[in-house]
Amino acid sequence: MVSSLRAIMGCAALAFGSTGLVVSAAAQEKVFVAVTAIVEHPALDAARDGVRDELKANGYEPGKNLRFEYESAQGNPTTAAQIARKLVGEGPNVIVPISTPSAQAVVAATKDIPVIFTAVTDPVGAKLVTDAKKPGGNVSGVSDLSPIRKHLELIQQITPNAKRIGVPHNPGEANSLSLLKLLKQEAGPLGLQIVEAPATRSSDVLSAAQSLIGKADAIYIPTDNTIVSALEAVVRVGTENKIPVYAADTDSVPRGAMAALGFNYYDVGRQTGKMVLRVLKGEKPGDIPVEGVEITELHLNVSAAEKMGVTIPEAVLATAKNVVK
Amino acid sequence: MNLVAFLGAIEIGLVFGLVGLGVFLSFRVLDFPDLTVDGSFPLGAALSASLIVSGWDPYTATGAAIIGGCFAGLVTAFLNIRFGILHLLASILTMIALYSINLRIMGRPNVAIISEPTILSSFDGLGLAMLYVKPIVAGIVAIAAILLVARFLASEYGLAMRATGVNPRMARAQGVDTRHTTYLGMALSNGLVALAGALFAQMNGFADVTLGTGTIVVGLAAVIVGEALFGTRSVLVWAAACVAGSVVYRLAVALALNSDFLGLQASDLNLVTAILVTVALVLPGARSNLKSMFASARWGRAPS
Repeated sequence: MVSSLRAIMGCAALAFGSTGLVVSAAAQEKVFVAVTAIVEHPALDAARDGVRDELKANGYEPGKNLRFEYESAQGNPTTAAQIARKLVGEGPNVIVPISTPSAQAVVAATKDIPVIFTAVTDPVGAKLVTDAKKPGGNVSGVSDLSPIRKHLELIQQITPNAKRIGVPHNPGEANSLSLLKLLKQEAGPLGLQIVEAPATRSSDVLSAAQSLIGKADAIYIPTDNTIVSALEAVVRVGTENKIPVYAADTDSVPRGAMAALGFNYYDVGRQTGKMVLRVLKGEKPGDIPVEGVEITELHLNVSAAEKMGVTIPEAVLATAKNVVK
Repeated sequence: MNLVAFLGAIEIGLVFGLVGLGVFLSFRVLDFPDLTVDGSFPLGAALSASLIVSGWDPYTATGAAIIGGCFAGLVTAFLNIRFGILHLLASILTMIALYSINLRIMGRPNVAIISEPTILSSFDGLGLAMLYVKPIVAGIVAIAAILLVARFLASEYGLAMRATGVNPRMARAQGVDTRHTTYLGMALSNGLVALAGALFAQMNGFADVTLGTGTIVVGLAAVIVGEALFGTRSVLVWAAACVAGSVVYRLAVALALNSDFLGLQASDLNLVTAILVTVALVLPGARSNLKSMFASARWGRAPS
C-alpha cells in the first residue's frame, strides 16, 4: 500500500510538473490557436492544414508568433471531451474544433473562449449555435453542408431555360431528405421547381430517372449513396432524352454527369482560418454569421454535355477547375 | 496539466468509474465476460438525451436510461442462460444490436442537449461554477454507487451472487438459483453503465452513436488498475478501487495529452496512455517482485 501511494504521488508530481511548463510557454507574447479533431482523417487533416496555412499567410508563423496546437481524440468521443477541457484550461485565443462531436465537446466546456468550428454539417441541429445568421455568444464557424444554392445557380447559368429540376433520391437516406428540403427552400426564390423521383434501391434508379422524362428540364443528383451508385442509369436517361444531368459531387463528372460544383476541405480550412483571423483582430464570434462553403471548384464533362444537347458557355468553361473532354 | 483539464479528468474518471463498477460486477463478481457495455453506455446517453429533448424531466430521463441499461443486460443474460450461447458471443450480439437500436432511439447519429435542462441545472443557482459542480455531482453519484454496490454484495443475496461467480456448482448445491443471480447481476452491471452514459451525455451536452467505442477497454482498465493500486481487501475497498482506477486512467490520458513537450505528436496519444497505465501497474509491484525473486534465488529455485 505504501508503494502504491508513492506511485500516485509520483503521478501527481508529474502532473503538476507539467503545469509549470505550460504556464511558461503561455507567458510569452504569442497568439495561441488550439485545433482539435475527433479522428485522423484525410478531409479533417486537410481542414486543419488549411487553417494553419491561412494563419501563416497572414503573418502568424507557427513556432514564432503563433502557438498552434493540435489534438486528435483518435476516434473516441470521451477523449474529445477530455481534450476540450484541456484546451479550455490552457486559455487559447481561439479554439477550432473540427467535426461535430469535437465541436459539441468544446462548446459544452466553455462559454467565454472564442470557438470557430469547421467541417460541421448542421451547426444549428447540433446546437452549437441557435441562429446561423446571428450566432450570439462565443461560437461561430464554417459548415460543410452541400452548397445547394450555388448548385442551383450553376444550373441556371449553364441551362437558363431549365425551370423544372428533377431530383432522384432515396427517401430512406436521412441526408437526402434534408437536402431535398433545402433544395425546395432555395428553388422557390430562384424561380425553379423541384420534381421528386424516389428510388429506394439501386435497381429502381433507372425507372425513377425515366419517370422524369417530360416532367423535368434538368436532372440534379444530390449526394445520395443509392443514386450515385447507379449514376450511369441516370446519365443514360439524360443522354437518350436530351436532359442535362448535374451532380453534387465532382467524382460523378468523369462517370458521365455534365457538371458538378464541389469543394475540398483544404479550402474549407482556409475559409475557417479567415474567420479565426477576424476573431484575433477583435471581432466577437457571436457577431460573425455561420458561413457555408464559399470556395467551390467546377468540374465539367464537355462530351457528356454535347450528348445531352447542351453547349457550355465559354464564360463558364473558363472558370472550370477540371474539364473532361 | 491545468486546473480545468485536471477537474475534467476527475469528472470523466468518476463517471467512467460507474462503468468500472459495472464491469467489476460482471467480470469479477459473476465471472461473466460481458461486452454489452459498449452498447449500454451509448444506450444510456441516447435514451436520456432523446427523452430530455422531447421534454422529459432530466431525473426521470436518467432513470429511464438506467432501466434501459438493465434491460440490455437482461437480454445478454437471457441469450446466455436460455439458449446456451457463449457469454462473450451473447454480449457481442447485444452490443451490435444496440448500435442500431441507439440510432433508432435518437433518429439520427447525434443528439445535442447543450441548451436543454439536465440534472446539473438543479445546481445552477448555488453560485458554484459549473467547473466544480460537474466533478462534485459525479463524485456524489460515484460514492453512492460504491456504497450501494458494497452494501448489496454484503447482503445474503449478494453473497449468493458472489458464490455464483466463484463456484456455480457449489452455489447451486447450497440452494442458490444461479440463473436468478446472473440475471440480476447483469441487469445491475449494465444499469450502472447506462447511468454513466446518461451522466456523460448531460455533462458534455451530446449523445453520439459512436460514444460506446472502447467502453469495455476503459472499464477493464479501471478495474485492473484499481485492484493493482488499491487492493481488494474488502468488497468496499474493491468497489472503491474500481472507481479510483478509472480516475487514475483518466489522469493518465490527461497527462498523455500534455506530453507534447517530449516531442510527441497528437497521434501518439493512445500509445502514451498505454505506457502510463503500464507504469502505474508495474511500479507498485516492482519492489515486492524483486523481493520474492531474491527470496526464491536463495533457495535455489527459479522465480515463479
